[in-house]
Amino acid sequence: MYPRPIQEDARGRRFAYMAIVWGILIIWLAPMFAIMLTSVRTASDIAAGNFWGVPTSIGLIANYTDVFTQTPMAGFYLNSILMTVPSVIMVLILSTLAGFVLSRYRFRGNMLVFAIFIGGNFLPAQIMMIPVRNLMVALGVYDSIFALIIFHTAFQTGFATLFMRNFIAALPSELFEAARAEGASPTQVLRHVVLPLVRPALAALAILIFTFVWNDYFWAVVLTVSDTAKPVTAGLAQLRGQYYSAWNILSAATIVVAIPPVALFYFMQRHFVAGLTMGAVKG
Amino acid sequence: MTDFWRRNRSWLWPVIFILPAAVLFGVVIVWSSVQTLWISLHSWDGMGPMKWVGLGNYVELFQDPQFYVSLTNNVIWLVLFMLAPPIGLGIALLVNQKIAGMRFAKSLFFTPLVLASVAVGVVFTWVYTPQFGLLSLVYGAFGAAAPAVLSDPNAVTFAVVGAALWPQIAFCMILYLAGLNSLSEDLIGAGRVDGARGWRMLVHVILPQLKEVTFIAIAITAIGALRSFDLVSVMTQGGPFGSSSVLAYDMYRESIFSYRFGYGAAIAAVLFIIMLFFIVWYISRLIKAEREA
Repeated sequence: MYPRPIQEDARGRRFAYMAIVWGILIIWLAPMFAIMLTSVRTASDIAAGNFWGVPTSIGLIANYTDVFTQTPMAGFYLNSILMTVPSVIMVLILSTLAGFVLSRYRFRGNMLVFAIFIGGNFLPAQIMMIPVRNLMVALGVYDSIFALIIFHTAFQTGFATLFMRNFIAALPSELFEAARAEGASPTQVLRHVVLPLVRPALAALAILIFTFVWNDYFWAVVLTVSDTAKPVTAGLAQLRGQYYSAWNILSAATIVVAIPPVALFYFMQRHFVAGLTMGAVKG
Repeated sequence: MTDFWRRNRSWLWPVIFILPAAVLFGVVIVWSSVQTLWISLHSWDGMGPMKWVGLGNYVELFQDPQFYVSLTNNVIWLVLFMLAPPIGLGIALLVNQKIAGMRFAKSLFFTPLVLASVAVGVVFTWVYTPQFGLLSLVYGAFGAAAPAVLSDPNAVTFAVVGAALWPQIAFCMILYLAGLNSLSEDLIGAGRVDGARGWRMLVHVILPQLKEVTFIAIAITAIGALRSFDLVSVMTQGGPFGSSSVLAYDMYRESIFSYRFGYGAAIAAVLFIIMLFFIVWYISRLIKAEREA
């Protein structure tokens, strides 16, 4: 271990060490605490400039209710869910199939296909923006969540295929040799060997892709314009323009947008961290 | 037909498996990117016919003062973003202890990474608000008035990068924590026998073992810095007067707001060529490592 572990019987040192860690953590998360505090203040406190003092009354329920009833956030939320869940499912299916082939079949150009999947993942979004937008217009899905589903499925498949390929390549090859020796067809190998073993990878991948897609902002503003199609990220940016002085509502809306990925992360942290370090290619 | 299928299914199945992913990725991502290079050689409003202008868009771009402002800002992003790997390593070293409560503390340190960038943008816009933001509280503690960093052309890019560093540091910290957990105990033990401690241990024994992680952290951080768009768009929209814009935002503005798709495509192409350097560096090392394994 490095740094050298603090000995278990050094109670005082351990306590002091944790005190320092929590102190740094409070500074680290101070912006988050500030926004949480603001999200429970009443409009009159905000108007009076009482941002840091004791709240005269608590506006917690009123603010969060207002976000869903006074702003179009409820609709944005639904759009985000309807966009993210199908994208994640499609990506998992496509990348498992492609990852299986790239890891277990030798063919000319294998490495090239693999490199394209990785490389495409790092391209700046702007380099594909205009043609993607035109494609969605031509398909008649521009300004709908279908445009976002198609794009996110395509884009995330690059990262996910790399991820699944590496995972399947690390599985013991005896399993695949045994299956082949018994004359199993590719579909049988996929169903009876690959699928049972890749479940942990799929869990990690699902969380990562959910987070990437839910948090996307660029494509949300490029591919949607109307409130009926906008996901939460584009919606929050829009609210920032409309409610620029109602910081209590804006703060509550920010928290509401942040909650799904954060909650998912806390419940499945092990999978998330394993996935991120295993993939280790995503910015 | 069935006979053909039976004889060839051992290779036909793999082709069928990989086809949906390859076609979707090839058409939507790769082909679109190539098309942009073609569009950049035209004058086009996005609807009417495209008019060939050759390198005209690029000539105009290289004479545009805004291009140099944005390019400089991209360089500022790139340089300041290099703070993320060392700070991330610092926090990783801090929390790499097995003490009750540390697991929870670690996950709190990770939190900025899973926040939507728009949320980070709104949070930091609030932090930087001159009259009552968190920054004004800090300045107030020293009896000074907080500057309006987001409306000061000389400070604005630094303020936006400050916000962007928050999740980036968390990302580097996760990478380094994984690296610290796979260190060779033998080498550390040998180092301790040789009397290496603290800083010298870090420099001579630990960092050489973290070379691969450091490479990944730097490459991804560099690519992230050049891709920056979200926070600029949310916090400043490139303002005041374009002083905080970056190439990615210029491209978006020229295309979506000014309908100059050919010119926008040229900006995207230039950004792409700058990033290509880092992308090729990264992938060639990945593939080299893959071949050796």
